[in-house]
Amino acid sequence: MSDNNPNRAYFGDFGGQFVPEILLPALDQLEQAFLDAQQDPEFQREFTDLLKHYLGRPTPLSLCQNLPLVSPNGTKIYFKREDLLHGGAHKTNQVLGQALLAKRMGKHRIIAETGAGQHGTATALACALLGLDCTIYMGAKDVERQQPNVFRMQLMGAKVVPVDSGSGTLKDAVNEAMRDWTASYATTHYLLGTAAGPHPFPTIVREFHRMIGAEAKAQIIERAGRLPDEVIACVGGGSNAIGMFAEFIDEPGVELVGVEPAGKGVETHHHGATLTAGKPGILHGCRSFIMQTDEGQIEESYSVSAGLDYPGVGPQHAHLKSIGRARYESVTDDEALAAFKLVAEKEGIIPALESAHAVAYALRRAAEPDAPEILLVNMSGRGDKDIDHVRKIFALQAAGEQS
Amino acid sequence: MSRYQAMFDRLEQQQQGALVPFVTLGDPDVATSLSIIRSLIAGGADALELGLPFSDPVADGPTIQKAAIRALAAGVSQADCFSIIATIRAEYPDLPIGLLVYANLVVSNGAEAFYQRCQQAGVDSVLIADVPVREGERFNALARANGIAPIYIAPPDASAERLGQVAAHSEGYVYLLSRAGVTGADTTLQAPAERVIRALKAANSAPPLLGFGISNPEHVQAAIAAGAAGAISGSAVVKIIEQQLHDLPAMYAALEQFVATLKAATNKP
Repeated sequence: MSDNNPNRAYFGDFGGQFVPEILLPALDQLEQAFLDAQQDPEFQREFTDLLKHYLGRPTPLSLCQNLPLVSPNGTKIYFKREDLLHGGAHKTNQVLGQALLAKRMGKHRIIAETGAGQHGTATALACALLGLDCTIYMGAKDVERQQPNVFRMQLMGAKVVPVDSGSGTLKDAVNEAMRDWTASYATTHYLLGTAAGPHPFPTIVREFHRMIGAEAKAQIIERAGRLPDEVIACVGGGSNAIGMFAEFIDEPGVELVGVEPAGKGVETHHHGATLTAGKPGILHGCRSFIMQTDEGQIEESYSVSAGLDYPGVGPQHAHLKSIGRARYESVTDDEALAAFKLVAEKEGIIPALESAHAVAYALRRAAEPDAPEILLVNMSGRGDKDIDHVRKIFALQAAGEQS
Repeated sequence: MSRYQAMFDRLEQQQQGALVPFVTLGDPDVATSLSIIRSLIAGGADALELGLPFSDPVADGPTIQKAAIRALAAGVSQADCFSIIATIRAEYPDLPIGLLVYANLVVSNGAEAFYQRCQQAGVDSVLIADVPVREGERFNALARANGIAPIYIAPPDASAERLGQVAAHSEGYVYLLSRAGVTGADTTLQAPAERVIRALKAANSAPPLLGFGISNPEHVQAAIAAGAAGAISGSAVVKIIEQQLHDLPAMYAALEQFVATLKAATNKP
């Protein structure tokens, strides 16, 4: 059907459907189911009910009481509290939406990829709730590193399949899920975890996260009396950011800022700042920015935060960057860890390491001479999952300082 | 006349189907890869399907992914791969050579430069595994301008309309899928889709070659009996490479023998 109108699959020159020919009918079916569902009051009611009574929406908007510590202009920072959502992060919004779509298509088997296990956990809980069969592909290295999350998924009835091909991390889990899907599409829905992949996934994921920005917009107008100067969100694949940005894209007075993981520095090989340091290419179904070698081989990304550790990025972010509507900054591991600690100490909130990147940038921005008055930051997830990891890092740092 | 057309004409006269082995270029290294390809030809390959190693081959199963990893680990570059092709082209001027690639390898330094490189090396066709007909527009004209035939995949469950598009945009041959899923010799070959072959013929398509799961002479016979113009065998060939990495002479002999066995099954009933 979109053979006649391929542009719907694109954001400018980014996006598309770069998948084996055999998957197109499944993508067309998904697109049609999504378009129908968006017009179906019964679907919307079911989705909204779950968001309210199961996930706990709307989430609050919190004005920071003590941060930023330094600002020449008295900058105020508001957090959109997706960390308070069931599942611990924004991810459950769109997972529930896609799981409902799967049921609508009569597909009762769900497959998904996961890096650290957050999307896998969200998918597992939705499948448990809605009675769907759930298989999660996870890099073998990640399975080893994230045992508690593996157990969490298994507790909720998911089958976790370790992937040891390639680098054994997120991108290999995506590859494996796509391979499964090319054999199983007739009965199986691939519940993609971020606003990337082939059309219609980037659009579906954005629309199922749109309430983040919609709620925040209404809340900040109520609380601050006006729109924020900058809307800030971390960007790995880019789902929480696009959900936060969507309602603000047509507000020219609001700057949109995506914050990428600079890892050990964008000048090193150890980062995940795809839009900052990658170049356009084609990976996992879409044309977007990619971290790649001169010959087009995909590079492994790195970040202290597993949720941002992906060598690609959603195509709409690539478009927003190319037309200058959003800007993309980067924050190192060390800056994110400092922000993680500071938000805990000063605001009593333990942010996810992913979200700590957005906070770190907000703190940096607030200290600049031209700092704006109001920054709205998406607190996309909570840091419980990162406690052990961060504790070990701080212990190592302390040991390093002593020796 | 294209090399593919000449090959299909010749095979028609001989009442045979085509036997097309696939290997990954540069697996496990440049020199060995050259000898491997020569062994396939010595065994009776009618044409070659060669893969450029890619880090994230989503349409391939574990066997071919491992081949790509071996080649990349050996430091094989695109330039190395094209020089292998150029060498084979010089030795076998009439042999059709198809390239199987992933989109990012085509676009990373500009698709136009990529197709020029293909032409210079003597490639006849390019199939981009993750580019369906719907996304092919940005590639087709560049391919044709450089004398390269674009190839698309005909899925076993495709509608007549989609098969018509595959037929309209493919030159040289059409890659006919025996089944859903990724490449691999482990899963059983399903009955070749005679319906698909009929629909392709009705749409005046280039001759269809059946691939995915072709791992023994019976599979080849079944493909040709169903009306395919030949068969492509990849994972089963690459499996032999994987199993004989420590004894190269034995590997070359086994490859030649395997191709000869499959080729012997291409005689039309």
